[in-house]
Amino acid sequence: MLTLTLRRLLIAIPTLIIISLVIFLLLEAAPGDPLGDVPLTVPPEVKEKMRLALGLDSPWYVRYGLWMKQFFWVEPVHLWDALFGTHFGDGMQRVISFQSRQPVMQIIAERLPQTLTVVGLAYLVGVLIALPIGIISAYRQYSWFDNLGTFISMIGFSVPTFFTGVVLIIVFAVKLQWFPSVYDTTLQVTDWASFKQQMRQMVMPVTVLALYNAAQISRFMRASMLDNLGQDYVRTARAKGLTEKVVVLIHVLRNSLIPVVTVIALGVPTIFGGAIITEQVFKVNGLGQQLILSIHANDMPMVMTLTFIFAILIVLFNLVADLLYGILDPRIRYD
Amino acid sequence: MKLRTALLGAAATLAFAPAAFAERGTDGDVKILYSQAVSTMNAYLSSGTKDVEVGSLVLEPLAGFNEKGEVIPRLVTEIPSLENGGIAEDLKSITWKLTPGLKWSDGTPVTAHDAVFTAQYCMDPAGGCAQLARYEGIEKVEALDDLTVKISYTEPKPNPFTAFVGATSPILQKAQFEKCLGAAASTCTDANFKPIGTGPFRVVEFRTNDTVQLEANPEYRDPAKPAFATALVKGGGDATSAARAVMETGEFDYAWNTQISPEVQEQMLAGGKGQFVSGFGTLVERIEMNMTDPSPDLPEGERATAKHPHPILSDIRVRTALSKAIDREILVEIGYGAAGRATCNLVPAPEIFASDNTGCLTQDVEGAKALLEEAGWTDSDGDGIRDKDGKKLSLLYQTSVNAIRQDFQAIIKQWWNDIGVEVELKSVDGSVFFGGDAGSPDTFQKFYADVEMYANNFDGTDPEPYLAQYTCDKAPTPESQWQGENVNRFCDPEYDKLLAELVRTRGIEERAVIAKKLNDMLTKDSMVVVPLVDRGRLSAHSNTLGGVVLNTWDSELWNASDWYRIK
Amino acid sequence: MTDTTPATAKIRPPRSQWWDVWDQFKTHKGALVGLSIFVLILLAITIGPFLWDMAPTYVDLRARNKGFSAAHPLGTDQLGRDVLARMMAGGKVSISVGLTAMMLSIMLGTTIGVLAGYFRRLEGPLMRLTDLFLALPLLPLLLLMVTLFREPLSKSFGPERGIFLLIVFAIGATSWMQTARIVRGEVLGLKEREFVLAARSIGTPARRMILRHVLPNVLSPIMVSATLGIASAIITESALSFLGLGFPPDFPTWGRLLYDAVDQMQLYPWRVILPGVAISLTVLSVNYIGDGLRDALDPRIRGR
Repeated sequence: MLTLTLRRLLIAIPTLIIISLVIFLLLEAAPGDPLGDVPLTVPPEVKEKMRLALGLDSPWYVRYGLWMKQFFWVEPVHLWDALFGTHFGDGMQRVISFQSRQPVMQIIAERLPQTLTVVGLAYLVGVLIALPIGIISAYRQYSWFDNLGTFISMIGFSVPTFFTGVVLIIVFAVKLQWFPSVYDTTLQVTDWASFKQQMRQMVMPVTVLALYNAAQISRFMRASMLDNLGQDYVRTARAKGLTEKVVVLIHVLRNSLIPVVTVIALGVPTIFGGAIITEQVFKVNGLGQQLILSIHANDMPMVMTLTFIFAILIVLFNLVADLLYGILDPRIRYD
Repeated sequence: MKLRTALLGAAATLAFAPAAFAERGTDGDVKILYSQAVSTMNAYLSSGTKDVEVGSLVLEPLAGFNEKGEVIPRLVTEIPSLENGGIAEDLKSITWKLTPGLKWSDGTPVTAHDAVFTAQYCMDPAGGCAQLARYEGIEKVEALDDLTVKISYTEPKPNPFTAFVGATSPILQKAQFEKCLGAAASTCTDANFKPIGTGPFRVVEFRTNDTVQLEANPEYRDPAKPAFATALVKGGGDATSAARAVMETGEFDYAWNTQISPEVQEQMLAGGKGQFVSGFGTLVERIEMNMTDPSPDLPEGERATAKHPHPILSDIRVRTALSKAIDREILVEIGYGAAGRATCNLVPAPEIFASDNTGCLTQDVEGAKALLEEAGWTDSDGDGIRDKDGKKLSLLYQTSVNAIRQDFQAIIKQWWNDIGVEVELKSVDGSVFFGGDAGSPDTFQKFYADVEMYANNFDGTDPEPYLAQYTCDKAPTPESQWQGENVNRFCDPEYDKLLAELVRTRGIEERAVIAKKLNDMLTKDSMVVVPLVDRGRLSAHSNTLGGVVLNTWDSELWNASDWYRIK
Repeated sequence: MTDTTPATAKIRPPRSQWWDVWDQFKTHKGALVGLSIFVLILLAITIGPFLWDMAPTYVDLRARNKGFSAAHPLGTDQLGRDVLARMMAGGKVSISVGLTAMMLSIMLGTTIGVLAGYFRRLEGPLMRLTDLFLALPLLPLLLLMVTLFREPLSKSFGPERGIFLLIVFAIGATSWMQTARIVRGEVLGLKEREFVLAARSIGTPARRMILRHVLPNVLSPIMVSATLGIASAIITESALSFLGLGFPPDFPTWGRLLYDAVDQMQLYPWRVILPGVAISLTVLSVNYIGDGLRDALDPRIRGR
């Protein structure tokens, strides 16, 4: 297991470097201009000078090399400085966003808390309600519970979040005035009152996202459980006199988890990617909103860094999923 | 219209509201919502209006514009003029006198050296200053003494109110930005986010593309202002949700640029929590006609260049017919309501520069059809689409992605279909359309379509640079990497000659006469630019926020120091 | 023959296996209801436009924002376009894009997943490829694809079909990764099961192993992916056209109709409810059809 992990981690390094190159070339080739937002009143000569100031005149491989150096060398040095109060990184140019001229890592650090609380919590809630719903739906296939679950999850998945979000705002923020429609990122939780306020502003975005996530995961859970409930080993286990609870929750569940683990592991990195639409609708202003803003503004360093961190998480969590397969089903071997 | 009356009513109550004689910081907190989040407070490094406007709460220029477009003093004792000797007789220099005793928010005095430094900061070739155009033609900026700044120009400058005037060219503090010149501009994150200014507020916390928390500037020149102790500017979302947060839930006091359809405006007004304010500037939504052939059959390098005139639109009768088929009043009613007016002018304001051109305001379908017949376009095969020499009268009509523009496209397509013109619609993502990427076929400069629609305006009150965009040499070509403002590739030596005359002319009356003539040459005489709607600004504020005056010539938050809470 | 023919086939007169599948399918109530709703929707969008031949893009400024009436059974939108005609035209696009893009993505995902799970040598490269695709930022990728391929495709296939192919390809090529990973995970486990080992030990060739033994056993997660895939393809299509990457802006699709109406939800709730219900109904009916199909294709259930 350990050697497998180590080997996979080693393979991950060249993979990630190739991924970073592909992302860079993709961003380079995609149409767009970092100065697209500059008002039309600014004359082209001025825009040309602004382009030079952003370093856009050097060839792509120079800029790629520079980004690699900044990301893999300068940024860790700065992190070290920040953690231990040293000054090794002074004077070294960090990865700077075109849009705000701020180090990209600072922006990410600023936004990570609200993304983790809202999107992360929504994911957790989604998984926690999806698993039992999936299990019960499969165990009592075609019961009213199962049909209701199917109905809700299909609607939850097929109605986009830009719609459910606005419906919630109109009902709960405009008509009933229960929850705020704008998320306050500056709120500090210090006492009971501010905690309550934080909860109130999280209710709607978390609900919207959790519904969407739960819909998807519960469908996979149900399908996989159904597959396994009909297997011979279930009959054997029952024949041996195991209680129904043990049969379903230990034997069947464990064998049904592989596709669900895959889906959940694929979803965890997307927490970091944020939820673009939901963040927009409720103005949570997390990483998803930053990513879409940066893509629209063609803020290359920002998009590149965010996507690359995302890529690292994807590779990592897919590795975690592979390791989990081995635990869930010891017959699976990789060599 | 109900909305119009409601707005008028709102304006009337404002006018009679007793002026508040509050002390500084007695009215608590004001919350402002910008649907585009703020990326920096430094207007010189900004990529958009939103940054300039929020920055104007902190940083101020020497002089600004009021809601009528007149220059008003901010940090100076009076506005320089030929009469008071502030502007030299030869128009080659202007001298500003700072108000004595002004202080930065850190307590240090404001001096002429700060202004000199600001010019140096923006004019540094390696700095990538976004507002460089405001400093164009400057020979030198010098401090005659601690309170006197003199700007000298290489050529006579009929309109010297560009540098240090308006929210786009505020004064920076030399002490704070000294180390940020040139290439170092982008390393000064702290200075760009928390600039020391002279404005009514100062930054407490800046969260990029999210929120700016501000507090009253203790050194502000008027000891009674601002009435609010703190201010919060939140970014994100879209126009509709921004309007909703003010008009329906009442969570915010002010929402910027709430451009939503008139029906939704009315519905939100019914919420009774706030009101819309609108004001008109120089922003005109227009259709531009391509004078060159954008056909994909032409080889790259010749496509959409002056080498191949447009096979259909080169004929002025076709262009005129297309304009005649449009009912601008209906466009206003559907898309903008109180925040729009039908117009036939490229330069709709200031009043002195606006031509009296109203000929396009009435739709004339029969006239349009007659013109097309006259031009030889007839429906010979009876399929409802006109043709000539075996070629169909078919146009590709592109614009950027925007709900109102897509509605306009659909309506205009219908009108053009009615006169026998086939129309194919295309919409392009705004960041691609307005981005100048020479590699993309979809930019508005490249104009690989027959007609395109967008809005443009000019900075300040002088239309000269704006009209100068339509000279022959400003046409985007493959050689210029498709950079250039004359997107229609309009080229008329007469126009260029007249423009040169405008550049030389000094008196405002004479300038206005020429500018109107230039405007008419582009619009009613040639129909190369077909103006549709003079677009106003539309913002929303809550009923409890007083003192709001919408200004389209300067930052929308230009008078935030006068805002107060209605109790 | 090494095949294990279902026992039932020997007793009954010889007939195609698909008849058994259909027999089993018929007993599934949900599947039948789903199938009939789906057929109804298909009829509405294919035959409907012949019965109600109003052009979906015809702007009638005198009839703006009309409610339900004989002239406009489902009312008109803010430009006086007939909502019924737009729903039918929109459904045609949405369903064809949804189904084809879903099939493309499922085929790609299943192929890559099975190959990666079954052949050890292919696993590394294919899974790294999957990681790469998962990591690519979607929006720039789509922008690039559209820039590169819009003109050549519309030249060789005509504007409408060209854009259709482009959209289907764009959605399919960017959404197969989840299916691939799920299928691979399942195959990895299956490969070690007794019946697979048994089949392999008697020398079944790889192709037949995959088609006979592996694929039928990973069918249910694929079915789930397919159902969810239609919904996300329909929504993605609307996001594309919203970004100016899809069909011309006056071309209705369900996703776009829904998006455009959200701002006016309080004024004209029907305009969001109609496309919303249409999308949900389609996805629900496909889901039940998928459920029924899966049961019907499973010989263990069919035998009972």
